[in-house]
Amino acid sequence: MAILIYAEQTNGKINKTAKELASYAAELSRKTGMPAYAVSFGAEDPETLFQYGISKVLNITNDAFKTFSARAYSEAIAQAAEETGARILLVGESADAKYLTPFIAAQWQAAYVTGVISEPLTTEPFVVKRKAFSNKAIAHVQLNGNKKILGIAKNSYGLKENPSDGTVKSFEPQVDSTLFDEFKVLSVEKATGKVSLSDAEIIVSGGRGLKGPENWGMIEELAEILGAATACSKPVADMGWRSHTEHVGQTGKQVAPNLYIAIGISGAIQHLAGVNSSKNILVINIDPEAPFFKAADYGVVGDAFEVVPRLIEKLKAFKAEH
Amino acid sequence: MKILLMLSVVPDTTSKINFTDNDTRFDSTGIQWVINPHDEFSLTRAMQLKEKHGGELHVVHVGPSINEPVIRKTLAIGADKAFRIDTVPADSYYTAVQLAEFLKAKHYDLILSGRESIDYNGGMVPGLVAAMTGIKFVNAVIGLEIEGDQATVAREIEGGKETLQTSLPVILAGQKGLVKEEELRIPNMRGIMMARRKPLEVLQPAEAPVKTQYLKFEKPPQKSAVKLVDKDHLDELIDLLHNEAKVI
Ligand SMILES: Cc1cc2nc3c(=O)[nH]c(=O)nc-3n(C[C@H](O)[C@H](O)[C@H](O)COP(=O)(O)OP(=O)(O)OC[C@H]3O[C@@H](n4cnc5c(N)ncnc54)[C@H](O)[C@@H]3O)c2cc1C
Ligand SMILES: Nc1ncnc2c1ncn2[C@@H]1O[C@H](COP(=O)(O)O)[C@@H](O)[C@H]1O
Repeated sequence: MAILIYAEQTNGKINKTAKELASYAAELSRKTGMPAYAVSFGAEDPETLFQYGISKVLNITNDAFKTFSARAYSEAIAQAAEETGARILLVGESADAKYLTPFIAAQWQAAYVTGVISEPLTTEPFVVKRKAFSNKAIAHVQLNGNKKILGIAKNSYGLKENPSDGTVKSFEPQVDSTLFDEFKVLSVEKATGKVSLSDAEIIVSGGRGLKGPENWGMIEELAEILGAATACSKPVADMGWRSHTEHVGQTGKQVAPNLYIAIGISGAIQHLAGVNSSKNILVINIDPEAPFFKAADYGVVGDAFEVVPRLIEKLKAFKAEH
Repeated sequence: MKILLMLSVVPDTTSKINFTDNDTRFDSTGIQWVINPHDEFSLTRAMQLKEKHGGELHVVHVGPSINEPVIRKTLAIGADKAFRIDTVPADSYYTAVQLAEFLKAKHYDLILSGRESIDYNGGMVPGLVAAMTGIKFVNAVIGLEIEGDQATVAREIEGGKETLQTSLPVILAGQKGLVKEEELRIPNMRGIMMARRKPLEVLQPAEAPVKTQYLKFEKPPQKSAVKLVDKDHLDELIDLLHNEAKVI
């Protein structure tokens, strides 16, 4: 019996989510005595995972898998699980992971939970904490049966280095090629060179208080200095000031960066539902009564058009020194 | 074209979330139940496609009879017929089996759902149903056009979107972006009157296992009071972010 993680990559390299899954798996391995393995689709640096406690990586280098297919990927991961005797599968929350995992869950007839934010409270029975009601509650959930799948919430566990010896094994799953033909890919549009919301450690987000799309220059500048991604509240996306892909909240993206900076956003309950798992929240708002201050760690009461340019200047000076 | 919407019924987004019975159960006292917001986008797109291509729109919901007013709302918006599978949706797997059994007995060209229910935030039911029925599936759908028996589907990917083409039938999990906010349909008086006479069939559930159990709920830890920094002393803020929060 073993634990398997689905290790995803960003631009060919094992990404932070994969390292977080590895850290979680290593801890679970200590608790259960099962070894922690990984499966990757042609990552360039699978050895990175040894640093976080993974002892074997099945690396799938078959060219067919250069194209993503949820069904083909799920089939390949299920075979990797079979090969390694895995009973527990850990996945992240990327668009692809959320897309393909239900296929494995159905095949395994597994107990599958998403939004997991803790290590198991107990392993017999197997109980974890997960987010529910759009971050307004935490639920203790018991997973029954001998196969389990945990979708680990981003940034909830953190990275824990735990060097172990490991091997990389190339793995050739037997997947019916017709699975790749279910869909024809017409186009892929990706913002390049920008930090994506899901990878971001820091997010700079703007709301209706910024008055119009022409005022986003300072938001982008602040984001650039911090190496941050940009986001926005729902009305901002609805009015077309910013793209829908930037909308965070209950009906938008759920994010959990180390620092979320909310500028000119009131802090409506639906907005908070998407951002309140952030490790730190900084609010800049002209209205001292803005509800967001109640959910914030740090706050500045003031006009964004005055505070943000000043903050940019101060940060530039700070970055020059550090 | 025959279209099906899988409907999830959830507490209104402004609801105060509380628990009862020693924090083992969601407290539904005073809760306003609504169409799951992601499903609203799919419902509107389904109505637009029905108007464009002709056909019928059905709705299926797994849940108890107290949810019928919300099912009626979809009929008032324009769905032609609804089915309610009479059981408590104990978990995603159990719910998916109900929907998969329903689909095996019927034929639809297009099956729409939402990306996730905003109460338990599972995001699993549509994919599980696809896996159990063998029908093709696209998650996190933000664009959909139908031409003959071909669907052009845009899905959200990390940092962008991917546009796919496939033949019907297909199961799609929609979300915001699928239609514009201002296009979202709400019932009018005539629709509400008509909905009363539309069929709402109650079906018996299938046997299915429940894989997960909710033992207990808690509220997220309270934030300690915000540290306010004077706008004329932003150096202090940078110091806090650097030395205390250690985020810059
Ligand atoms: C079903 C449903 C789902 C929803 N889902 C979401 C969601 O996912 N995400 C989301 O964001 N919203 C969502 N909403 C909308 C939400 O209720 C709020 O309407 C929205 O978040 C408000 O956006 P805002 O804070 O940008 O704008 P406003 O509420 O207009 O707030 C603007 C803020 O800017 C401040 N301000 C004004 N001028 C300045 C200045 N010069 N400098 C600094 N501050 C200034 C004001 O004091 C105010 O606090 C949803 C609503 C519903 C009904
Ligand atoms: N009880 C249910 N009855 C019908 N459809 C459902 C039910 N629960 C979930 N769904 C569908 O599955 C989607 C995702 O829900 P979930 O997997 O629960 O997050 C919802 O948006 C609905 O379209």
